[in-house]
Amino acid sequence: MSGDEADTADHPVRVVLAKLGLDGHDRGLKVVARMLRDGGCEVIYLGLRQSTESIIAAVEQEDADIIGLSMHNAGHLTLAPKMVKAVADAGLDVSVIVGGIIPDPDVKTLLDAGVAAVLGPGASSDEVVAIARSVSRR
Amino acid sequence: MDISDEVEAASAGSRRAIGRLLTRVERGERDLEALIHPRNQAQIIGLTGAPGVGKSTITGHLAARLARRGRVAVMAIDPSSPVSGGAILGDRIRMDSVLGEADVFIRSMATRGSEGGLSAAAPAAFRLLDAIGFDVIIVETVGVGQVEVDIAAAADTTVVVVTPGWGDAIQANKAGLLEVADVFVINKADRPGASDTRRDLELMLDLTATNDHSWRAPIVATIGTSAEGIEELIGAIDEHDTALEAQDLRGQRRRARTLLEVRSRVGLVVESRLDAALETEQISARIDSVAADGGDTLALVDALTELLFGFSDP
Ligand SMILES: Nc1nc2c(ncn2[C@@H]2O[C@H](COP(=O)(O)OP(=O)(O)O)[C@@H](O)[C@H]2O)c(=O)[nH]1
Ligand SMILES: [Mg+2]
Repeated sequence: MSGDEADTADHPVRVVLAKLGLDGHDRGLKVVARMLRDGGCEVIYLGLRQSTESIIAAVEQEDADIIGLSMHNAGHLTLAPKMVKAVADAGLDVSVIVGGIIPDPDVKTLLDAGVAAVLGPGASSDEVVAIARSVSRR
Repeated sequence: MDISDEVEAASAGSRRAIGRLLTRVERGERDLEALIHPRNQAQIIGLTGAPGVGKSTITGHLAARLARRGRVAVMAIDPSSPVSGGAILGDRIRMDSVLGEADVFIRSMATRGSEGGLSAAAPAAFRLLDAIGFDVIIVETVGVGQVEVDIAAAADTTVVVVTPGWGDAIQANKAGLLEVADVFVINKADRPGASDTRRDLELMLDLTATNDHSWRAPIVATIGTSAEGIEELIGAIDEHDTALEAQDLRGQRRRARTLLEVRSRVGLVVESRLDAALETEQISARIDSVAADGGDTLALVDALTELLFGFSDP
């Protein structure tokens, strides 16, 4: 076993997965949860109807490395930056990843706003896990 | 933040500091040990039962009510995937939905290679939470199949949750849950069959030899979705706690926790040594040859034992 493998086994990346606001279903979020688990991550699954406050509270208690937000409505341009700001205001060292159907021009806007990565609906499980690992502080 | 500052902040109630310290505990960081000064005050309540019976829902209700008496922490433990080492920890959803405004600290933990439903770090986490001032620690673990039930060794009071229907009662019996229960909960009592299940449990309790402190597990019916029966459950837990106290069994429970922690941590070390040894060229070649040509498997076991421990058990 290489040193790196030992490290990830001892310190799995911890991801809080949630959906902000009132919209929709969490099918996509569940798929991502499984991909992350199969990639060796520990997923703290919050599901639907979360607020930035409830997510921050969970991140603190769970000492998570990453917040994964699923977005399928048009709210991503306000909600995702709001999450990034809440993380910064709380002084937390946590990356925000957004998944969902995000129009190309908006992707850049989100990245500029401090979102660590944007994952489209076609993202493969390898991509999802690789991105989680690359943005995590562990 | 410096680790002793972190302990101070955690004692003052900082969720973030507690969260970070629990990560250190999970990593088995040694410098934390010297900073944990046990109060031996925290009451540890374990809830176990098959997936879906309502453990998280009940835990949430218990936590919300017990938070009126003191500081409450919840540890929700779920198995890590043996294949990837990852885990999906989904207990917070149910708990959050019943906690309301109650101030409860919740941490989800994966078992990370430990067997028996409890993470190797769990007992150390209990020690930390006790030391930084929590009065009650509620631990949710999945109790399935024939898996040994570690939670019973780790908790002061073990609550086994079943649902109406023969299957569950039988299963609880098979899984060894009957022996470890200090209190039984029949949750989903809104469904038909609760009284049959109660009768089955009573019968099985009649047949089971009484355990060390001659306590017969009371049976409480609850409805997680409406919080019915929760006060009665708290009453049963309190009663068991009083019995422990009266019979001076708290020290014994603490010893059982220490034993469990030491055993499971050493177990992890031994296991990883074993895995490494199995991958060495020498052993790997012998496995190949035994598999291909037949040969003395037990001699190979002896050789491996010798390699690991410096002696083999004849
Ligand atoms: N009908 C009914 N459903 C319940 C009751 N308690 C919990 N549930 C539901 O059972 C499901 C599983 O509950 P959960 O607490 O997550 O179970 P756990 O897997 O044992 O932690 C959820 O959908 C709950 O809403 C109950 O008393 N009656
Ligand atoms: Mg649960």
